[in-house]
Amino acid sequence: MFESLLVANRGEIAVRVIRTARRLGIRTIAVHSTADADAPHVALADEAVELGPEPPAQSYLDVDAVLVAARRTGAQAVHPGYGFLSENPAFARRVAAAGLVWVGPDPESMERVSDKIDARNLMAAAGVPVAAGTEEPCADLEEAVRAVAEIGYPVMVKPSGGGGGIGMAVVEDETALRAAFDTARTRSSRFFGSDRILLERYIPRARHVEIQVLGLADGRVVALGERDCSVQRRHQKVIEETPSPGVGDELRRRMIDGAVRAAAAVGYRNAGTVECLVDPERQEFVFLEMNTRLQVEHPVTEMTFGVDLVEAQLLIAAGKPVQFEPDDLRPDGHAIEFRVYAEDPVRFLPSPGTLTEWVEPTGEGVRVDAGYRAGNTVSRSYDPLLAKLVVHGADRDEALARSRAAVAAFRISGVRTNLPFLAELLDAPEFVSGRYDTTTVPRLRG
Amino acid sequence: MMEVTSELAATVWKVEVAPGAPVQEEDTLLVLESMKMEIPVLAEGAGVVREIRVQEGDSVEEGDVLLVLE
Repeated sequence: MFESLLVANRGEIAVRVIRTARRLGIRTIAVHSTADADAPHVALADEAVELGPEPPAQSYLDVDAVLVAARRTGAQAVHPGYGFLSENPAFARRVAAAGLVWVGPDPESMERVSDKIDARNLMAAAGVPVAAGTEEPCADLEEAVRAVAEIGYPVMVKPSGGGGGIGMAVVEDETALRAAFDTARTRSSRFFGSDRILLERYIPRARHVEIQVLGLADGRVVALGERDCSVQRRHQKVIEETPSPGVGDELRRRMIDGAVRAAAAVGYRNAGTVECLVDPERQEFVFLEMNTRLQVEHPVTEMTFGVDLVEAQLLIAAGKPVQFEPDDLRPDGHAIEFRVYAEDPVRFLPSPGTLTEWVEPTGEGVRVDAGYRAGNTVSRSYDPLLAKLVVHGADRDEALARSRAAVAAFRISGVRTNLPFLAELLDAPEFVSGRYDTTTVPRLRG
Repeated sequence: MMEVTSELAATVWKVEVAPGAPVQEEDTLLVLESMKMEIPVLAEGAGVVREIRVQEGDSVEEGDVLLVLE
């Protein structure tokens, strides 16, 4: 096993990775921008290196600065967290070329699924169901119009190289397609450096459900159940839970089989997630995309399966067997994660500022993964995730009851947060019944 | 005359109008960016752009005047 680890990230995920590494006796190195000098991940690590100024391009995304930090501190491995450089195969190659262990999948696997069009075609060939859609990028608007004549409306317009909901639009007819297509192309070029656009049949009132996979060092792929991520605002997740209230046992078996097939098709190693859309009425699913990193919402899986996924990642990266017997994995109870964002709870507008109060809830089954504490500044340069509140119960009702108490007890001042919105969701019949889908939040907010 | 102010602390990503330009209700005047999110600022009514107080790349605070319509 490597003896030191640089965590190339910030916020709650850097804290979370450092915690596990320290528990395993691995020396930890944090990196940070000038804005994050007082951040918890810096305080928790054995060593910390300042990368550069606040803008991510000059600090957390600066590959050379990260590698210099690794060399100077004698780091033997690099964990990228999620976001930033985590899904950048060029960075993974640079890490390996510097003689360091990359805690993630092979760059070749990352590349094969990084483009949504390529990934769809690959999965279809491997026997994983995909929605009707374009097998090649649409060259222009007229080609898009012709393609949709075959796919049928409504259609989702998506940047093929994108993520985070940026540039995505649902169109119901040709007029809307004409309006959306160029906007999607412009955004796609700006944010992702590619104007490849995918058109895919849109499933109204679908649930967004994903399967956690682990590609083991011996080449086996195992699945650790699903996470339902349908509660979203602006195509970004707000609440995730497992098991999904909309997935029956038979569908779950098919999804797990599909996810394992998908990961095996690219020779996947380490932790990954296969995202799917589920039609709850028909109990059918289609492949959406594969995320080649640790997912934000991985703790709900950890709480039901009783495993530390970061520990598994580190072991796999070191070429070792994981800490559990994969065939013996059984989930227990129900877990729900709430993303606590620095944003107003009505319109979800970002709310940067300085935190004057930070009191986390505690209690049976309650876990908080936080990236901030009182006195920290929440910068407008980074994403608005402040913390993840994760709650476990013997069943969904117990998890919901504990969640209500925990959300009420979480006290954050100095910035506006979505905690009141989370409390509202916990009382909304549609969420409480479990019969929610990706349109639930937009409908609640009209 | 109407001052258009920022609803949040953000960076000015794009100014979509020029001084003297006529605008309709719901037209995008400029686009702010904060916490990895684009926030368009729309005209609340028809008018003419009289003055633009910010440039692309500027930091603005909540309540800062971005431009003036009349």
